Parts: sequence; structure tokens; C-alpha cells
Amino acid sequence: MDKLKMLDLQKKATIIRKHIIDEVFSANSGHPGGSLSCADILTTLYFDEMRVDPKNPKDPNRDRFVLSKGHCAPALYATLALKGFFPESDLNTFRKVDSYLEGHPNMDYVPGVDMSTGSLGQGIATAVGMALAAKIDKKDYRVYSILGDGEIEEGLVWEAAMAAAHYKLNNLVAFVDYNGLQIDGNITDVMNPEPIADKFVAFGWNVIAINGHNYAEIKDALEAAKKSDKPTCVVARDIKGKGVSFMEGDYGWHGKAPNQEQRDQAISELDAKLAEIEAEIAKEA
Amino acid sequence: MGKVATREAYGSALAQYGADERVIVLDADLSKSTKTDTFKKVYPERHFNMGIAEADMMCIAAGLASTGKIVFASTFAIFAAERACEQIRNSICYPKLNVKICATHAGLTVGEDGASHQCIEDLAIMRALPNMTVISPCDEIETNLAIKAAMELDGPVYVRLGRLGVEAVHGEDFKFELGKGVVVKEGTDLTLVATGLMVQESLKAAAILADKGINARVVDIHTIKPIDKDLLVKCAKETGLIVTVEEHNIAGGLGGAVCEVLAENYPCKVKMIGVEEKFGKSGVPAALLEKYGLTAQQIADKVIAAKN
Ligand SMILES: Cc1ncc(C[n+]2csc(CCOP(=O)(O)OP(=O)(O)O)c2C)c(N)n1
Ligand SMILES: [Mg+2]
Repeated sequence: MDKLKMLDLQKKATIIRKHIIDEVFSANSGHPGGSLSCADILTTLYFDEMRVDPKNPKDPNRDRFVLSKGHCAPALYATLALKGFFPESDLNTFRKVDSYLEGHPNMDYVPGVDMSTGSLGQGIATAVGMALAAKIDKKDYRVYSILGDGEIEEGLVWEAAMAAAHYKLNNLVAFVDYNGLQIDGNITDVMNPEPIADKFVAFGWNVIAINGHNYAEIKDALEAAKKSDKPTCVVARDIKGKGVSFMEGDYGWHGKAPNQEQRDQAISELDAKLAEIEAEIAKEA
Repeated sequence: MGKVATREAYGSALAQYGADERVIVLDADLSKSTKTDTFKKVYPERHFNMGIAEADMMCIAAGLASTGKIVFASTFAIFAAERACEQIRNSICYPKLNVKICATHAGLTVGEDGASHQCIEDLAIMRALPNMTVISPCDEIETNLAIKAAMELDGPVYVRLGRLGVEAVHGEDFKFELGKGVVVKEGTDLTLVATGLMVQESLKAAAILADKGINARVVDIHTIKPIDKDLLVKCAKETGLIVTVEEHNIAGGLGGAVCEVLAENYPCKVKMIGVEEKFGKSGVPAALLEKYGLTAQQIADKVIAAKN
């Protein structure tokens, strides 16, 4: 990946991370940890991969995205707003009673949201349905989804995985946001889903293991998926809370809002990161 | 007195009554929210995390119960009563196994998590299952005694619990009797029949009505099934108008259960107050109760409209 492209994605992801912090802060509730861990995947999908048009969000030929781990709505909303689907200034209405930005995404309320989610395990199965529809209608759109590594403990995920392989849905790419943590602790302590990659291989998927914070690896996996005759699972090793020092790797930040002081520290860390990226962009240009 | 959520009372009751070696507690990656972690601190060897796999948890509970265990299975109401509904029906209710499904975060007052997490259909679904006992306590002490009663009963029980802290309705001397409603305020002009945290709201509504010269009786129905037929018929005879109040879809819940009894035994005017066939929304609990017409003032206004 070209350096400027990478820096641009990095910049966008950092802006998205700032939005995530402020959404959760302004709502005084929500899920920062898993939102921050999947921000780089979402950024790459929406700014370097998916065929979507913010001016025509219901285009029948658009690529689809399903946030199977719907509690990470702050990340999806920030990405969609930055992409231009709705004003970034609406993000601070997140979770408020008259807002269209529900705690978990609703496809009837939010432009750019392709499926309502929030109940873990169901999103990936709906994504299988969308990918199957593309095959039935002989359309070339692709379907993307992000799952949590705790979420894959749901049996439904594996029923969906079986169906995707059975119907050879090579137009489907499912990311597992492999941050190692769920609500009650480490995934291996709560209910061990390992070995994740081997399970998807056994279910008939094309499996690619990457670093979920490396844009080039994310993009390469997306390109490799296009050459496969199977659905692709990208097992993306990443860090829950990524980008905010005190949230990184701490499951306590799964579903907790920062207080004013914590919010300010998080934003200043991300601002410093942003300044670094801007300086590098200036050097490159 | 401070406010205590019924889920907290549940966790404490488990720890209080959980010495019996047959008691096994299951959770699905929500033990801090459901408060089963309170039991886990005392009896870690009898607490099992099933991961994010609610359907599996219900069937595992059934298997455990078939060997003589008393099993408590907890998750949010939406994932218990609805995600795992058919497992509860066929593996727990049909074989009449000793599983207590203690479901927290019921109703709109889940708050900001929004519609996907606000279970407003569980009373309707759970009470439609043969062999199921359904309890919906309103405060700390009632929850404590409901859990004790559930533990003593041999068979499936669904207990509906809330996230939000609530005021006490009952005093320390409260006697809990499964299947018996409780008159928490006497009155002659109508009866507010409420469950869960709508008992508190109905008491406040009754105070507003009293200022307007309307003397409302308030009944706490903690056991939705079997429901207290005798008390409902008695109230209908003595006060005429019956107004049901629940943090639940008006279809099939407390209102439905009350109407079934009255239609067959003592037809009278009933006004049902609840969520009117809509999904929930994100928001702080107080704003949601207002939006869905469930505050004391709104209940009082609806009573006045129904009386005219
Ligand atoms: C069916 C279902 N059960 C339980 C929950 C409650 N819940 C929300 S997030 C979560 C943990 C998710 O962990 P993981 O999938 O690893 O997400 P991440 O670490 O990416 O935030 C749970 C149990 C839910 N939303 N849906
Ligand atoms: Mg995780």
C-alpha cells in the first residue's frame, strides 16, 4: 500500500476513534473497547474497499456491510458520518431519546446501515442471506461483516458459517475482531472459542490471519478474498481499546463510558496521534 | 431508603439461599450485569459461565436439572425468553424440569442499549408455556422472597428482573405467597393492577388521583402465572373499573392475563396501560417512561380518561 494512502487511512481511523470516545462520553454509556478495536477494519472497508455512495444509500447494487457485533455502533456511526452518510455533528445525539442513533444500529433509522443488529450471532446469518441474494440475482456486489471473538461462541454463527460454505458464497467476507476479550473476561477463560482459524477452515472457509491494525494486511486480505471460491474469514488479531492507552487490553472498558477527565485524556492522546500523522503527510506530500 | 434494582436483590438472594449443594448457577457472559457474580463470589465452584450461547445454556440447565440439580440460568430477558424460547419450551417446560430462568434487564428501563435489548414481550411468551410459573417482582424484598419461593418450588420458573434501581414498596414484615396478589393501597373507585416497577408508578398515580378526589386501589401482581383470580374478581366487583399497568407490550402480558380472568368470570371495563405495540428506543429510563406514556402523571391521566 502506498504510504500516503496508508497515512490517509490512519488519519481517518484516528478521527473515527475520537468520535467513538465522544459518542460514548456524550451518551454516558456504550461500548468503547470493541469499537476502538475494529476502527481500522471499518476505515479500510469504507475508504478503500466498499462500493457505496452516501448520496444513494439504498443503491441496490451497493456493497453491503453488517456489523454483527452491533454493540460497536459508535465505530460504525463515526465511519458512516465521516463518509458523508449523515452529519458528524449528529454523533453526539447517540443513545438519546429523540436520536436516530440507537444504542445498536437500526437500518430503518440510519442512512448507510444495511442491517439492524445488536443480538449477537444474528448479523452474520443475515449477511449470508444478502450474499445468497447476490448469487440468486447474479449481481456483483459483495457483503462484509465484522464479528466479535466472543460473539462466535453463539451456535448460530456456525450454522451461518456452514450455510455460507454450502452455497459457495465467495462474495462474503467475515472479519473476526480477535481482541481476546468479551464482557466477563478473556475469551479463553469465559468459553474458549479457540482454535478460531482452524474452525472456519473446517467449516469450509478461506481463512486469512492478519494484524487488524495494519491497513496493508487488511487490504491484502480483501484482495485475496476476491480470488477465492469460498467465503473468506479474516481473523484479525487486534487490541480492545486500541488508541487509548488506559483502555487498551482492559475488558473493564467493554461497556463503560469515560468520565470527563478520562475523556479529555483519551482525546488528547488521539489529538497527539493526529498531529503526528499530519506531520508525516506533510513530509510525504 | 436507597434504590435497589431487582437484579441486585436477585444476586444477593442467590448468595443468601445458595448454600444447598444442589444449587447450580449458569450465566452467559453477563454475570456482572445479571449479578450472578454475587453468588460466584461465595460459591465459585457452583457458578458456570456458558459464554455467549443462551440456547445452549438453557439445554445445559435442563440436563443438569434432570440429575436433581436446582438450576438458575441468567441472562438478559431478551436473550432468555426470546433467543432461547424454544429451548425453554421443549427442554425445560415440556419435561417439567427444575430450572429457574432469572432474566434481568427486562422492559424499557434497560435504557440506552435501546430496542434490540428492551424485552417487552417476555411475560406474554413465558406465560403461554405450559408448566411455567411466571414471577415479576417489584422491589428488593419481594425479589428476595420470590427467589426463595422459586427455589422451593419443583419445576420451571421464569423471574422477570430489572436493571434500574427502584424504591421499596413492601416492608420487612412482607409475606410473599406465590400466586397471591397484594393490595398495597386500599381504594374504592377503581383498581390499578400493576407488576414490576409499575407498582411504584401506580402508587404515585394513585396519589395524584387522590388529589382529584379519585380513590384508587393499587394491587401488586407479582405472580403473573398462576394469576390471583379471586383477588381480581373481588376488585372488579368492589371497584368496577380495572386498569392494568405494565412495562411490557399491552398484548399478552399482565393486561392480557387479567382480561382472560375477568372475561370469563366477571366481565367489566378494563383499561390496559403498557407499551402500545411498538419497539423501544434508546434513552435514559425516565425519558423512555415519559415517551411511552408510563409515568405516574400519564397513568393518572389515562385513568381519568377511562373513567369518563
Ligand atoms: C445474543 C446476545 N447475547 C448477549 C449479548 C450481550 N453482549 C453484548 S456485547 C457482549 C460481549 C461481546 O464480546 P465480543 O464479541 O468479543 O465483542 P468485542 O470484544 O468486540 O466488544 C455480550 C455478551 C448480546 N448483545 N447478544
Ligand atoms: Mg472480543
